[in-house]
Amino acid sequence: MAAIEILGLEKTYMVGFWRKRPKRALQPLHLTVEEGEIFGFLGPNGAGKTTTLKMLMGLVFPTAGTARILGHDWTDPEVKAQIGFLPEQPYFYDYLTAHELLDYYGQLSGVPGKDRKRRIEEVLQRVGLTDIKGVQLRKFSKGMLQRAGIAQAILHNPKLVFFDEPMSGLDPLGRREVRDLMEQLKQEGKTVFFSTHILSDAEALCDRVAIIHQGELRGVGAVADLTATVQGKVEVVWQGTQVPASMKALGAECHVTGDTVRAVIPEGQQDAAIDVLRRERIRLIALTPLRTSLEAYFVEKLQHSQSAAEKTLGTAV
Amino acid sequence: MSPRIAYIAANTFREAVRDRVLYNLIAFTLLLSGAAIFVGQISIDIERLVVINLGLTAVSLFGVVIAIFIGIGLVSKEIEKRTLYTVLSRPVRRWEFIVGKFFGLAGTLVVNTFFMAIGVFGALLYVTHKFSKPDALILVALYFIILEFLVICSLALLFSSFSSPLLSAVFAFSLFVIGSFADDLRGFAGMAHGITRWVATGAAYLVPNFSALNVISAVAHQQPMSSQLILQNTLYALFYSAMALSGAVLIFERRNLK
Repeated sequence: MAAIEILGLEKTYMVGFWRKRPKRALQPLHLTVEEGEIFGFLGPNGAGKTTTLKMLMGLVFPTAGTARILGHDWTDPEVKAQIGFLPEQPYFYDYLTAHELLDYYGQLSGVPGKDRKRRIEEVLQRVGLTDIKGVQLRKFSKGMLQRAGIAQAILHNPKLVFFDEPMSGLDPLGRREVRDLMEQLKQEGKTVFFSTHILSDAEALCDRVAIIHQGELRGVGAVADLTATVQGKVEVVWQGTQVPASMKALGAECHVTGDTVRAVIPEGQQDAAIDVLRRERIRLIALTPLRTSLEAYFVEKLQHSQSAAEKTLGTAV
Repeated sequence: MSPRIAYIAANTFREAVRDRVLYNLIAFTLLLSGAAIFVGQISIDIERLVVINLGLTAVSLFGVVIAIFIGIGLVSKEIEKRTLYTVLSRPVRRWEFIVGKFFGLAGTLVVNTFFMAIGVFGALLYVTHKFSKPDALILVALYFIILEFLVICSLALLFSSFSSPLLSAVFAFSLFVIGSFADDLRGFAGMAHGITRWVATGAAYLVPNFSALNVISAVAHQQPMSSQLILQNTLYALFYSAMALSGAVLIFERRNLK
């Protein structure tokens, strides 16, 4: 069963003083997220990621389209007991402590009283918020608030979790912990849908990604498929700082870093490159075909949509 | 009643307490006690009248200010600070949120009134040295003041559901002032002619009739209160609050939380 089915959701805001000028925030979006996968929703700032998430949460009403979440109509409030949501740059009732906040959210999500206390301690431990008993949220740092936000999203043991920019405000260690947490959630059979513009996070975590730009879906698929394209080049890494002249003759672009050399050579020259290294008695460390990175794919999609938009504008002019 | 309404109401009450809104009670009690001592020294034979008038008017005004001050931010502040996102992404209906907020604020004001009433009775005891039977009428006046707060709360919530806090405060306070002269407005409508009569009559019945809920002077003069008046005022305040709350729900149900 699909965890999320988005069927043509679109959003147009009316802007201007008289609210008569339409501004399309999201073109009709069709997207399916399968149960148990980590799905990355990628796009630059202002692409329409948050608008999509807000529509799925019922915070913003779509101009057209519909969606199904966990097999239910998305407008059914009861389905929300099975989903968790972390908004972008979350802000909570700052007069509460983290325990009180989670207790309140647990009540609203229908977590029974006897389980609530145990769940609160569990999730706080899980997101690394310890020794914060009695501390009001107004005294929390940005990173701590983000952790509290993640805790409230998973407090009621939801089947589906939406994270809007979950790594925002976290230090490298915190980001690593959140990545681990998301992988754990997947192992527990939960579906994770998260939006980000940090591509390394998406590449490391996601089973599938969708790329959205200027409110329009530009590409969707498994990360491995999107990055499978071989660029026709091979990367050779060897130990030492020596760059043989015959290697340069093969057309290699060499970079010395520390005590290793990284060279990129045209595909088909790898046998010759290995021969050179053998001849010079240099130790080979790695030989790998160069694949398109998610970042390269992302940039290509964005540039493509940018040039298409410019062409349309040019035709109109 | 949905338990979620009670949870939202309890959190709203907790917010008011932690925002130290109720701390004004201490200031109020001290102020009133001081005023009672002063009044007791300068007024002869009318100490009771002055203390009841002064005390109940202060309870009403303090409460209205608190109701407007908190009420105008109940929804707009939650939208502005985005605290609403993590509430409405749970199985909480939008109407439950509005009704919960209303009960939370109403509860705050009832507790507020309870403590301020202690101040009034304390001041009265200080100047009269003993309570008399007609003093029980003060409880009726306090009950009407609470009804007044319910109407103000619902109006503040209504404005808060679509407007900025500043405009909401202006709207709510203007309605309070106009509503306090509702009887005069009805009298004017009765004397006017033509379209003015229609407009004045419409306005007179549209604005909340706070003058009917104000029995402070009558209580101070020990005039009896009929049970019919109590019933009428109760039904009127509940009906008006329900209408204003329904308006707030209708607006909020359609609002995009950008």
